[in-house]
Amino acid sequence: MIDIFADVEPMVFKSGINVPYSWWAGETAERFFLALRDDKKIMGTGCSICEKVFVPPRKVCPLCFQENMAWVEVSSEGVLESFTIVERQLASLPRKAPVIFGLIRLDGADTSILHYIEDADHTDIKIGMRVAAKFSDERSGSMHDIDCFRPVR
Amino acid sequence: MPKKRVAIVGTGQTYHKSHRPDVNGQELINEAVKRALQDADLTIKDIDAVVIGNMDHFEGINYVDCWSVDGSGGIMKPVIKLTTGGTTGSTLAIGGYQLVASGFFEKVLIIGWEKNSESDTTGAITTAFDPVWDRLVFAGAISGLAAEAQAYMAKYGATEKDAARVSVRDRKHACNNPHAQLRREITIEDVLASPMLADPIHLLDVCPRTDGACAVIMANEDCAGKITAVPDWIWATANRHKYTYLGDVNWGELDSLAGASREIYAKAGIREPKKEIDVIELYQPYSFAGIIWIEDLGIAERGKGAEYIWSGATDMGGELPINPSGGVIACNPIGATGLIRCAEAALQVMGKAEARQVPDVNFAISTGFGGCMWSDMLLHGKRKPDF
Repeated sequence: MIDIFADVEPMVFKSGINVPYSWWAGETAERFFLALRDDKKIMGTGCSICEKVFVPPRKVCPLCFQENMAWVEVSSEGVLESFTIVERQLASLPRKAPVIFGLIRLDGADTSILHYIEDADHTDIKIGMRVAAKFSDERSGSMHDIDCFRPVR
Repeated sequence: MPKKRVAIVGTGQTYHKSHRPDVNGQELINEAVKRALQDADLTIKDIDAVVIGNMDHFEGINYVDCWSVDGSGGIMKPVIKLTTGGTTGSTLAIGGYQLVASGFFEKVLIIGWEKNSESDTTGAITTAFDPVWDRLVFAGAISGLAAEAQAYMAKYGATEKDAARVSVRDRKHACNNPHAQLRREITIEDVLASPMLADPIHLLDVCPRTDGACAVIMANEDCAGKITAVPDWIWATANRHKYTYLGDVNWGELDSLAGASREIYAKAGIREPKKEIDVIELYQPYSFAGIIWIEDLGIAERGKGAEYIWSGATDMGGELPINPSGGVIACNPIGATGLIRCAEAALQVMGKAEARQVPDVNFAISTGFGGCMWSDMLLHGKRKPDF
């Protein structure tokens, strides 16, 4: 095979462009985060037509495409729908590997939320197991107001 | 309904490699364009419009439609950019098809490209996730796939070994493809012994990062037959999105691919896809998808995907070969990847696939997949469509 790189002296030009963003959460997400921060409550929105309860809450039902959504409180406990154990540390990974990502369907909700599973033996984690939210002591109005989910023992 | 029937009349691919320090982006694009024009025996003057795409953030160049004209040949022609994440390449094919099918353009040049080596793939992919809900917790592309694999395994009892068999197949097929990046056979033991990235996905279960480009020329029915003796007719295209947040997905089944394939089968009158389709170029970024998604395509029954893979039916020489090119596991210049599936399916129909040719291809499928569980699909045929 011909080595097409034989005469190439690789040259690179580096860039450290930094583009800061700040995202508006919007009124719907805001109401969720305020209830989480102030009252340790997890809120969803239910559609008046398909009766599905969405967590994270939606202003418009993604299935029926209508705005008549009612706020409902869901449980801070639920079922593990799927998970993975991340073994490799990535720069963009906020916690130290190994990290367990879980998709948790809270009791009363029809969709799942994504969060960390902690205080669990890696070999014991199973889809279908019950987990409960551990709220953070200091809460500022973000998904980190839930520290993690832990198995219900 | 299309106003004009549309065919692929030429394809071109670069020398795909982990790094291409010998060319810049425009030059890489040009390599694929030149080869596609040569393949169709056309010149850039024959091209009426250009559709080009790559991944957002991967090279940090936003106005690629403009920036690329030196390489694409798009100077003083209509050029549009399409970018839809993992499906970029297949969306380019569908967009190009629609431009020609509409009757507005006779011959369209479609280009997908990526210089994956120029940035942090994982960091860039993370920007696909919602910044308020998912991104604070989640990073990268692999973990979402791992969640799919876990859900499927829990439901149907498939194993890591079953998935490894898919990697072994694709890497073996890649040895027949001079354009594939990874052309070395691996064994099931190699896959299972490779480092665990995100349970149950090992390093050899997933695609590499590649620098590469692909170009495809589509022409309408008035000129396709004059350009090439055996055009690859596009019978139908379909696309499905489903997903806002990671927690919305029906994990363990790819609803978007199931929906897209049913639309295509209905349009083309296909009743038994396993018998009527001769070859599939599946956008399969990791091995487990090779088991799960053939069920969504209606090729294997629910829970029987692994059994079908082990039977050898999807190997070269089998009943329905999948990924004769070696697929995404062997080569993944992301913005080009979906278009490579389309080009490879075209080569199969046109009888130009050389060492990786499947005999007597009448119908081929190519697909595209995006990390947020959406799907594109094209049906390619040797015969001119009836509609």
